[in-house]
Amino acid sequence: MKPLEDYLIVDFSQFLSGPSASLRLADLGARVIKIEKPGTGDICRTLYTSDLIMNGESSIFHTINRNKESFAADFKNTEDLKTIKKLLIKADVVMHNFRPDVMKRIGLSYDDVKAINPKVVYAEISGYGNHPDLKDKPGQDLLLQSMTALTWLTGNQNDGPVAMGLSIVDMLAGAHLAQGILAALYRKTINDSGALVQVSMLESAIDFQFETITTFFNDGGELPVRTKSNNAHAYLGAPYGIYKTNDGFLALAMGSVPVLANLLKCDALLQFPENKFTLRDKIKKVLATHLKTQTTTHWLSVLEPADIWCAKVLNYQELFEEEGFKVLNYIQKVTMGDGYGYETTRCPIKIDGELFISEKGSPKLGEHNQKILNELINT
Amino acid sequence: MKPLEGLLVLEFAQFLAGPSAGLKLADMGARVIKIERPIKGEACRQLSIKDLFVDESSMLFHTINRNKESFAADLKNPDDLVQVKKLIAKADIMTHNFRPGVMEKIGLTFEDVLAINPKIIYGVITGYGEKGPWAKKPGQDLLIQSLSGLTWLSGKSSQGPVPFGLAVADLMCGNHFVQGILAALLKRAKTGKGVLVEVSLLESILDVQFEALTIFLNNGGKLADRGNVRGSAHAFLSAPYGIYETADGYLALAMGDLLLLGSILEVDLSKYTNKKTWFRSRAAIRKILSKQIITKDSDYWIKALREKGMWCEKVSDYNDLNHQPFMKDLQLKQTVKNSEGKEMETTRHPVKFDETILSSTKAAPKVGEDNEKIIEQFLKI
Repeated sequence: MKPLEDYLIVDFSQFLSGPSASLRLADLGARVIKIEKPGTGDICRTLYTSDLIMNGESSIFHTINRNKESFAADFKNTEDLKTIKKLLIKADVVMHNFRPDVMKRIGLSYDDVKAINPKVVYAEISGYGNHPDLKDKPGQDLLLQSMTALTWLTGNQNDGPVAMGLSIVDMLAGAHLAQGILAALYRKTINDSGALVQVSMLESAIDFQFETITTFFNDGGELPVRTKSNNAHAYLGAPYGIYKTNDGFLALAMGSVPVLANLLKCDALLQFPENKFTLRDKIKKVLATHLKTQTTTHWLSVLEPADIWCAKVLNYQELFEEEGFKVLNYIQKVTMGDGYGYETTRCPIKIDGELFISEKGSPKLGEHNQKILNELINT
Repeated sequence: MKPLEGLLVLEFAQFLAGPSAGLKLADMGARVIKIERPIKGEACRQLSIKDLFVDESSMLFHTINRNKESFAADLKNPDDLVQVKKLIAKADIMTHNFRPGVMEKIGLTFEDVLAINPKIIYGVITGYGEKGPWAKKPGQDLLIQSLSGLTWLSGKSSQGPVPFGLAVADLMCGNHFVQGILAALLKRAKTGKGVLVEVSLLESILDVQFEALTIFLNNGGKLADRGNVRGSAHAFLSAPYGIYETADGYLALAMGDLLLLGSILEVDLSKYTNKKTWFRSRAAIRKILSKQIITKDSDYWIKALREKGMWCEKVSDYNDLNHQPFMKDLQLKQTVKNSEGKEMETTRHPVKFDETILSSTKAAPKVGEDNEKIIEQFLKI
């Protein structure tokens, strides 16, 4: 039994953050209905990346919106709005990521929806919450990474700001919204009340950096300093980093320098009897020169038996060949209503040994209008 | 009422992933008790960054473990174990991240615990799942990033693999753990039975890459190309997406109409009127943009770009961020105080319920700080 079976979620959100939250809830068993504008739908349908178009729509849309239904309706049209409201009466959760005030203007604010569905969990995701300085700023991932100083943690000291190369803030805000919705649904089982749940990308980006920002607050305002080479964490000493070998790359997470000197047969490391934080650039430089002399397999065969935390660095092609990846059964095949099939990843959570897989691909715009009318609206 | 009020969580988990989940549950209203070995306590207490300590424990530990209680008990001591089992009988949730085999030895596997408490929600975090050749490898963030393919998405191609500069696998896994535990509470509300929740760092860091992995799975197994221009920010997005150096700092440009951008910057992009070139020729385009953007200050460009509705932002550092009025107005920081009166400034919970910020002034506990209170409340008959 899936934990969210019997829950109905009506999702007005677009792009990545909100829809990634409703994907998680769908995988956990909820029925998720996307409300989309007729003609265009979720803007993400046409947000092309990497030139990869699958069955006429963007790969990103297919990744984020599988296992959902689509109901095309225009809430600027009075008739459509009436229909939407009938659906909202039955919803356990309503979610959106419009800018502040859009839902109020339409007449679908939390208060409006609560008036027709008193126990609804109403969830909103925004870029920045509600602040006059920020209200006109677009809630976009790279802009949030830049504003919250996340870009000074990745890469080496002289690289300038380096963004994390995927929409990490969107993903975090989506994860936090899903948590908020689940917590509110739990409270509803206890006291039978609805809730307003709000998350912003700004709060999520700051939460992500809670360790480094707290350090900044309490060490006299010193900024993080990345190492000159092989940086993997601005606040950790050597050897923490990734190193080039004779035939690839090796990640080294820890190990006392004298022990490494001995295992790696690297005499030059012996000049560092202590693992001093202030010497990390020098230690890394010596290590980097030495590790280039042998293959990754060679170093692993020396370090792993000694319980030094290390790993090879893989790309997707190499990862997919690994037994450690294959045993996860992490890839699933889904099929759209028109028969188009594609492969994607699955939900990362396992409950009572059950993997949450689903064969249902992403919906075509308005694919489920009739079904939803029959099952939920005209009844 | 905070959403998780009334729930009792026992946290056997150590380091970051599990305890970061415990912190989220605590902030949402659950009572979280860390079960720690006497005297030394959780291993993270001695793990410091920049040698920063608040009391006997590191600032890092304090950041992750505020708003919790501590019960000191030695799981290898039979008397202590009896006490812990009595506590488990009263708990709603317990979490751990021991390596496979440890809980079997102690006698606190999910099956063992169900016998004491048939309604327990039992959460386990592993590095790589229970099966396969990696199951016994250390579940450490940088190693998991490296194995998962994540390191090929940031920076530029000549840099080789570039890891994310934060423990992103731990933190995302902690977030997924919270989702799993909360979903389990809903399942328990229906069935009345205990629930087992399992997550792993590897699956969580793969989930973060769901877009990149799905592209890989459906484009014939082609690897992502970050391009080799400084300031690259996303392997799959077209120009102008990226970070650019200005005369006095840096600015970020998100997706947008390249030709409009060209007219604002006054650069010649007439070769790129076909939108398809914005992805294919992004390196060349970004070089043209870089040359022009570096000639003037960030503020000059930001003003010009915003006027035309281009998505852009100045790149801040922690100093800039900390001085923004919204940090205070939105109460993005809070001060916690330990039992000795020592204070520490930190961040707060990111989710608001019913327009209420979930804040808490309670700092992390000392090892065993709450033993007496907990014995009095739960363990005396």
